Amino acid sequence: MKHTMRRAVGGALTSLTGFAALLIVAILAIILFDVARGGLGHVNWRFLSEPPSDGMMGGGIFPALYGTAALTLLMTLAVMPVGVLTAVYLHEYAPPSSLLARAVRLAVVNLAGVPSIVFGLFGLGFFIHFVGGSMDRLLGYQELHWGQPGILWASLTLAVLTLPVVIVSTEEALRAVPMDHRTASLALGATRSQTLARVVLPGALPGILTGAVLAVSRGAGEVAPILFTGAAYFLPDLPNKFNSQFMHLGYHTYVLATQSPDVEATQPLLYATVLVLLALTFALNLVAVLIRARTRRRASASH
Amino acid sequence: MQSEGLVETVPVAPRLSSVARRRQIREKVIAGFITAMAFTGIAALVLILVFIAKEALAIFLDAHAREEASLGKMFLPQVVRAGKPATFVWQPVSSVPKVSMIPLFIGTLKTTLVSMVVAVPVGVAGALFAAEFAPRRLREILKPTIELLAGIPSVVLGFFALMVLATFLQDTFGLTSRLNAVVAGLGLSLAIVPVVFTVAEDALTAVPRSYREASLALGATPWETAWKVVLPAAAPGILAACVLGFGRAIGETMIVLMASGNAAIVSWNFADSVRSMSATIAAEMGEVVVGSPHYSLLFFIGVELFIFTFVLNMLANVWTRRVLKRLSGAGA
Repeated sequence: MKHTMRRAVGGALTSLTGFAALLIVAILAIILFDVARGGLGHVNWRFLSEPPSDGMMGGGIFPALYGTAALTLLMTLAVMPVGVLTAVYLHEYAPPSSLLARAVRLAVVNLAGVPSIVFGLFGLGFFIHFVGGSMDRLLGYQELHWGQPGILWASLTLAVLTLPVVIVSTEEALRAVPMDHRTASLALGATRSQTLARVVLPGALPGILTGAVLAVSRGAGEVAPILFTGAAYFLPDLPNKFNSQFMHLGYHTYVLATQSPDVEATQPLLYATVLVLLALTFALNLVAVLIRARTRRRASASH
Repeated sequence: MQSEGLVETVPVAPRLSSVARRRQIREKVIAGFITAMAFTGIAALVLILVFIAKEALAIFLDAHAREEASLGKMFLPQVVRAGKPATFVWQPVSSVPKVSMIPLFIGTLKTTLVSMVVAVPVGVAGALFAAEFAPRRLREILKPTIELLAGIPSVVLGFFALMVLATFLQDTFGLTSRLNAVVAGLGLSLAIVPVVFTVAEDALTAVPRSYREASLALGATPWETAWKVVLPAAAPGILAACVLGFGRAIGETMIVLMASGNAAIVSWNFADSVRSMSATIAAEMGEVVVGSPHYSLLFFIGVELFIFTFVLNMLANVWTRRVLKRLSGAGA
């Protein structure tokens, strides 16, 4: 009697945890459904290929798409070499109980927890006022040239923000390369750096790519760090210089959602913009998942 | 090199050909370069603190700023108008700037509290389900779902809170302010749940199977095993998950900026609009005069956020390692 009672209570509580899990899935479904319902009708080729018009109440989002792409491209170019080499140091070069390696790991953990708005402040204080301001003084510009918000400073700020993502996933990829491959290469007389360049890095390439894709998906969605490092409300021209300001999908979403003079009129545009942004980040995440699944399959097949 | 009981041995460098020596030098240069690169992470963290602190320092150094934004004015009640009782007001752009941090602290605390009250039970219970009770196939759906939720940009969650949650709550409860601490907190919890879930699930799966088998063998039900054996064993990790979620909630910007109403009000009513520290930086930095006391003040808020989250991260880090050490030390 007591025993069945215990089982029943246990069963009920178990389903309660199951309900929590279900709730998470349901919330995701609600968000996706709402965005798709509100946006699907409005996304078409013209929406993707035209600039905004009628004071943001008509037209498309092409400049925002372009700006987001350019921003994340620059960010990736900046973050990948640094992140990959840091991971290479941690996994391939650092002595087992190295103090520096531990310090780097600790810094990476903490860097991942710094609020994104603080990265924005850092970008403003360091890149724009310190680096940009110094460049202007050195190059003898009278007016602000580099010491103002622009796409280069915004992408470098995002590069610092996504550094932990790249380091962690690259290290994971390096861990997956079998030790035998390294020892075999070294036994054949290859040096450490030759082994790294021709055996280890090619072996870890899919994992490194996964890291890059995750960094892009994270970086493309962040708005807080670019609020005052280069994003602009509306621009007549596409960014064509490193110090031009740019439009951005996430920032566009923020502006349409909070500063629209006519909420009813902008709503379809807003939903469509959010849909594009979500589709983009989900597609990137999906690519990462697929690459990971493929390498895992290959790794299990070779053993 | 010290060698015991041996006649002093002089290390002899092997005689290398010039090709080999050049190769050795090249290897050293590459190793040095990679080691130097590894400093970037540390450098980034230090530079972040140095450069936001540098801009914030003017509050203490500049005479004009010290007058306008002293620590007393930030943290003690001030008489705003003669004859009225002293209050806490954040109004940095009026003719007489009022710079009390207290409304911002209260706003941040309120949204964070709401998000934690929702995200911690849902996240931990979901993790418990995934780690203990879920059949394998269900688990394989749950984890990518969490990853997708974690991948949603915060501006989209802010949009969802602003458009859908706020309308729903207002229609249901008839609140006076459409955007308030509850709406922002619920929106925040959407961003925090994946953090809590992931870290908690990692800690729970780190608990060795032998613990569960022993408990079940003694006649405990699966629920009793999960609650009285697995959960306590993973407790530091669960705590780390909560602390990490807390840190994220304090620093998250876009959701709060879009869904909180951005009114710096001192009240404990969760249906009032609020203004958080992070949203204040985001909303005001765009229009501020560079180098003014207001500008330094916003950087000062940034320093506070940095320090809060840094401390929380270190705590979470220590606790995560503790759970791993405890479980591997117990002889898994």
